[in-house]
Amino acid sequence: MAKKQLVQIKVNGRNREAMVEPRLLLVHFIRGIPGLTGTHVGCDTTHCGACTVLLDGKTVKSCTMFAVQADGCELLTVEGLMQNGKLHPLQEGFKEEHGLQCGFCTPGMLISSYALLSKNENPSEEEIRWGISGNLCRCTGYQNIVKAVQYAAGKMEQGGKDDLPNIA
Amino acid sequence: MIPPAFEYLRPQTIPEAIAFLQQYGDEAKILSGGQSLIPMMKFRLARPGYLIDINRIPGLSYIKEEDGYLKIGGLTREADLENSSLIHSKYPIILDTARVIADPQVRNMATLAGNLAHGDPANDHPATMLALGARVVAVGPQGERVLPIESFFVTLFTTELQHDEIVSEIRIPVPPPGSGGAYLKLERKVGDFATAGVAAQVIVGSGGICQQVGIGLTNVGATPIKARKAEESLCGKKLDETTIAQAAQLAADEAEPSSDLRGPAEYKRGLVKELTLRALARAYERAGK
Amino acid sequence: MICRTSPEVGGMGHSIKRKEDLRFIQGKGNYVDDVNLPDMVYGHMVRSPYAHARLKGINTENAKQLPGVLTVITGEDLAKANLAWMPTLFFDKQMVLATGKVLFQSQEVAFVVAEDPYIAADAAELVEVDYEELPVLVDPHKALDPDAPILRDDREDKSNHIFHWEVGDRAATDKVFEDAEVKAKVHAVFQRCHPAPLETCGCVADHNAATGRLTIYLTSQAPHAHRTLFAIVGGIPENNIRVISPDIGGGFGNKVPIYPGYVCAVVASLTLGRPVKWIETRSENLQSTGFARDYHMTAELAATQDGKIQAMRVKTLADHGAFNAAAQPTKFPAGLFSICTGAYDYPTAFCEVDGVYTNKAPGGIAYRCSFRVTEAAYLIERAVDVLAQELKTDPVELRRKNFISPEKFPYKSPLGWSYDSGDYDAAMKVALDTIGYDALRKEQQEKRAKGELMGIGISSFVEVVGAGPAHTFDIAGIKMFDSCEIRIHPTGKAMCRMGTKSQGQGHETTYAQIVAQELGIPAADVTVEEGDTDTAPYGLGTYASRSTPVSGAATAMAARKIRDKAKKIAAHLLECSEEDLDWEPGKFFVKGAPSKAKTIQDIAFAAYTNMPEGMEAGLEAVDYYDPPNLTFPFGTYICVVDIDKGTGEVKVRRFVAVDDCGNIINPMIVEGQIHGGLTEGLAIAFMQQIGYDENGNVQGGTFMDYLLPTAVETPHWETGKTCTPSPHHPFGAKGVGESPNVGSPAAFVNAVVDALSHLGVKHIDMPIAPWKVWNILKEKGAVN
Ligand SMILES: Cc1cc2nc3c(=O)[nH]c(=O)nc-3n(C[C@H](O)[C@H](O)[C@H](O)COP(=O)(O)OP(=O)(O)OC[C@H]3O[C@@H](n4cnc5c(N)ncnc54)[C@H](O)[C@@H]3O)c2cc1C
Ligand code: FES
Ligand code: FES
Repeated sequence: MAKKQLVQIKVNGRNREAMVEPRLLLVHFIRGIPGLTGTHVGCDTTHCGACTVLLDGKTVKSCTMFAVQADGCELLTVEGLMQNGKLHPLQEGFKEEHGLQCGFCTPGMLISSYALLSKNENPSEEEIRWGISGNLCRCTGYQNIVKAVQYAAGKMEQGGKDDLPNIA
Repeated sequence: MIPPAFEYLRPQTIPEAIAFLQQYGDEAKILSGGQSLIPMMKFRLARPGYLIDINRIPGLSYIKEEDGYLKIGGLTREADLENSSLIHSKYPIILDTARVIADPQVRNMATLAGNLAHGDPANDHPATMLALGARVVAVGPQGERVLPIESFFVTLFTTELQHDEIVSEIRIPVPPPGSGGAYLKLERKVGDFATAGVAAQVIVGSGGICQQVGIGLTNVGATPIKARKAEESLCGKKLDETTIAQAAQLAADEAEPSSDLRGPAEYKRGLVKELTLRALARAYERAGK
Repeated sequence: MICRTSPEVGGMGHSIKRKEDLRFIQGKGNYVDDVNLPDMVYGHMVRSPYAHARLKGINTENAKQLPGVLTVITGEDLAKANLAWMPTLFFDKQMVLATGKVLFQSQEVAFVVAEDPYIAADAAELVEVDYEELPVLVDPHKALDPDAPILRDDREDKSNHIFHWEVGDRAATDKVFEDAEVKAKVHAVFQRCHPAPLETCGCVADHNAATGRLTIYLTSQAPHAHRTLFAIVGGIPENNIRVISPDIGGGFGNKVPIYPGYVCAVVASLTLGRPVKWIETRSENLQSTGFARDYHMTAELAATQDGKIQAMRVKTLADHGAFNAAAQPTKFPAGLFSICTGAYDYPTAFCEVDGVYTNKAPGGIAYRCSFRVTEAAYLIERAVDVLAQELKTDPVELRRKNFISPEKFPYKSPLGWSYDSGDYDAAMKVALDTIGYDALRKEQQEKRAKGELMGIGISSFVEVVGAGPAHTFDIAGIKMFDSCEIRIHPTGKAMCRMGTKSQGQGHETTYAQIVAQELGIPAADVTVEEGDTDTAPYGLGTYASRSTPVSGAATAMAARKIRDKAKKIAAHLLECSEEDLDWEPGKFFVKGAPSKAKTIQDIAFAAYTNMPEGMEAGLEAVDYYDPPNLTFPFGTYICVVDIDKGTGEVKVRRFVAVDDCGNIINPMIVEGQIHGGLTEGLAIAFMQQIGYDENGNVQGGTFMDYLLPTAVETPHWETGKTCTPSPHHPFGAKGVGESPNVGSPAAFVNAVVDALSHLGVKHIDMPIAPWKVWNILKEKGAVN
């Protein structure tokens, strides 16, 4: 076993630290150390995106990164989307537009959609489909996910940028 | 899936990284975007004893034109290429390429340098860099070497890089007026490697005469392929339906595909032909603009 | 359908938002891998790299030496407890951990348990297994050859043949074919697929030595049945077993069987006295757990010159892999495949199926499908198109000419089903109008003249779902009823517990809506709980689109029992006789005096505080519903494709799906199910396949090569509906979750074949990859 290293990561605004083996995957850090089990593992081969988190403002697949690589970084996971007890417009959109069924892909989908909307406030259907193309969903056929993102885009346009948590 | 154990090192400078590479020899591997290396480690197909994470080395992420070259830093990510206004305005072929690599999350991590250094003929940038006549800047204990892309790819997963060298920059000659390029890839779905891909870059002079042309092929051989015969067939000629078709056939002949789940070799050869046709046509069109 | 409740009550027909979503969108779902118990340890499976090999020895010493490793279990160890084999759901047995030999690549060989999953993975590499390779049988067509290796030497019958099953009148059918004016024949392979829900399978087995109880958190679509099987196989008293199926990240039939990993985790927990977690990797999921399909089918249709279908003849070879682990009702070795006569009216048919063993993963599970209905629907809808080609007639016209007409229901099919209700032409008409069929055919003509390829594919499928009537349907002997228990609390809120288990279908919402519909209690006030065998009434679980037809019916029936009692209480409160009372959702009132009323909430309170003399307190009921028949959803799907001649790529331009699933509980959820099912159908038609090379190596054992479509490949679906209620279901529903997966593959394939039909193409096997199309074009000289 390789020697453990100290890793400090700010997860959803809170500092988390642990001594970990270098090979500990970031997804296992997130699920294990702060116990945030919203970030899922669906494939092991970097294909499904269920493990997607926002690392310093960019989406990454946390199953394809070591926790040590994220040392000193800021992470946003699905658990950090809600602010002051209020659902993020995207969360609302997924519920209103039936953007989920089994819910297993949902956390990753939400984070990818979040990143998309931070870059593009009013994406077209095509842009949304490309924006979530690193996230597989086996249940919804994506159509209502597209609608959910559009719903959120509309909401955020009305409500202004304040709706975005300023974690990342 | 769980990768085997390793020691993790995070140098702050290139010389420090090179020193680690020398110290640990074959047991050490550079970790860049990790999007090829980590999946292989999870399959336990790669088992480096030491990972040298170069991601925190400052000053390696840039896209700029300088001294007649487009210079792309050793840590520049696919997403940086996608978002660069310089790439958008002057290098559509690179944009074509970056956009069809993997998916948004992977592109946020994956680097151009890693894409080349990995030596995987299925990767997309090699073909494009072959078409563009790029140079790879490698820094090692003896200093800097500038490697022409034409001889960079040796065999499957092997390049000209020595184990203690780091790709610090990729240089692409700034295309003169009248240049145009395109990369076309057929993939089974988003996130898949190419069934086949073709990059074409042309410089068209007066009268539509082709002054220079580069054609690179993805995933139809043990290494990325530079379609030299096809290139030669076009040089000094007018680009029209006949010459393009001829070149496409030559490119198809130069491909060395093998049959696999993405399709039989014969199909891939046909695909090279079709994609070469289309890539050259688009490159020509772009050259006119 | 009449919507009788207000949106606030949210009974049937309302698209109320899903109650379960709130936790999922916050990342607060509780899937099996999220279950973390104190002192928990981790299992890791060692698997065979070979498809067929003798096991000469296993050395676990080095693995056991690794610090942190607690135990390594082998087949020999299990054999001592008589657990090396376990029964499958279909009259066969399956090795839990291999003894003697391995029969498919990735077969379970040893189970490592360690303090941490990383150590377990390292230790698994240290288990040394000595194999002697044996000849491999991959092609099911060669399984019965005299020189084929016999795979199952554990069986008395030294043959690779598992079963022969036939239904219908062979002689009469042959006779019709002899005399037929026109015959059409198609050989179609429905390739081996895997349901691949986004969450893999897994469990946490927790044996508490102090209480003697075994709790198993399990990705289970059928928790009660699994409890019973664990009791029978493991010899553990059933009252000491509690199966908890937590949130499930998609099932699609994958989570119906019991897998060796579960058994090993239970054994390890019993041995170690600690909770043992075992979660599959994706490769393990794709390579070893229940596959679906692998039906090699030949269908023939006989017809008159003017296009009346007269008979169907079907011969099928079923590849079941190394063990017959089909999850099927026991009287149906080929499931409900005999629905293959489809939506058409003809008197004569014959169907036979032979099952064989090969060196492949075991299974034959109902992947988003009611036991082989997908294969059947695909076959008939393909065959009808081939017949249309033979007759040089339009496939729509041919279908319409042969549809069973609405007045013929209940319709007795030639292979013995009694279709409950249907109006096939109505669905066809809506589909044709929506897509603009005539204009498309015109466009196709114009395109062909220019050398461009476009195709239109139609599929008018019939399903048979909702198993099933207890006289015919059982799984491992347990009759296929299902159940619901409703408790109304004093404040008028309700708790509903079910024998089924949602894997994303939205049960927490839809069952609540049924209660709202029947009792007028707002759906928001109804909590639905599933998956805990300690609290829920016994049921067979969720698959084969049976939740709404069976458990949904049970919910309505239980609610009606409650209403009967509520009526007595209302009469008591209103001091009148029961006959004087009328009901509208939410209250009983005195006939002719609507202001004299008692709400269901008043009544609930009285049930605990002021019940009539002699009446038991409380307001609850349980119902175990045994459906009188199955239900037969149907629909017409039309697909338009464009083909890129240069690359062979097929692009789905439009897809219209008109479904008829009877009365609808929640239109939003139904639409969502259809989108999802169509996307899986798309994947089956164009991408998904678990293939094997000649050595039995799995091709497509990761998401790199087992291709699931992303949002980019998935078209924008257009949905529509007609409504033909089921006459025998308490609220006229039929079930819908699987229709789109059953009906769509034929529409996609028919569209591609249609695009190429002028070149003489009659059939292309799925998955239709670009290279297949390109090869055909090349062969036909359509590209150079
Ligand atoms: C799901 C998925 C799909 C993908 N699809 C595509 C695709 O369609 N097309 C495509 O082109 N690629 C694809 N990739 C690969 C991706 O682009 C890789 O990231 C890329 O090939 C390697 O870049 P990296 O920065 O991640 O390198 P790493 O994974 O970090 O390293 C790869 C190799 O290169 C070496 N290396 C890395 N950087 C340097 C350097 N600066 N100097 C010297 N050696 C170095 C490493 O030691 C290692 O051996 C895919 C990856 C995934 C996970
Ligand atoms: S688990 Fe990370 S991409 Fe699938
Ligand atoms: S909702 Fe089940 S995978 Fe997306």
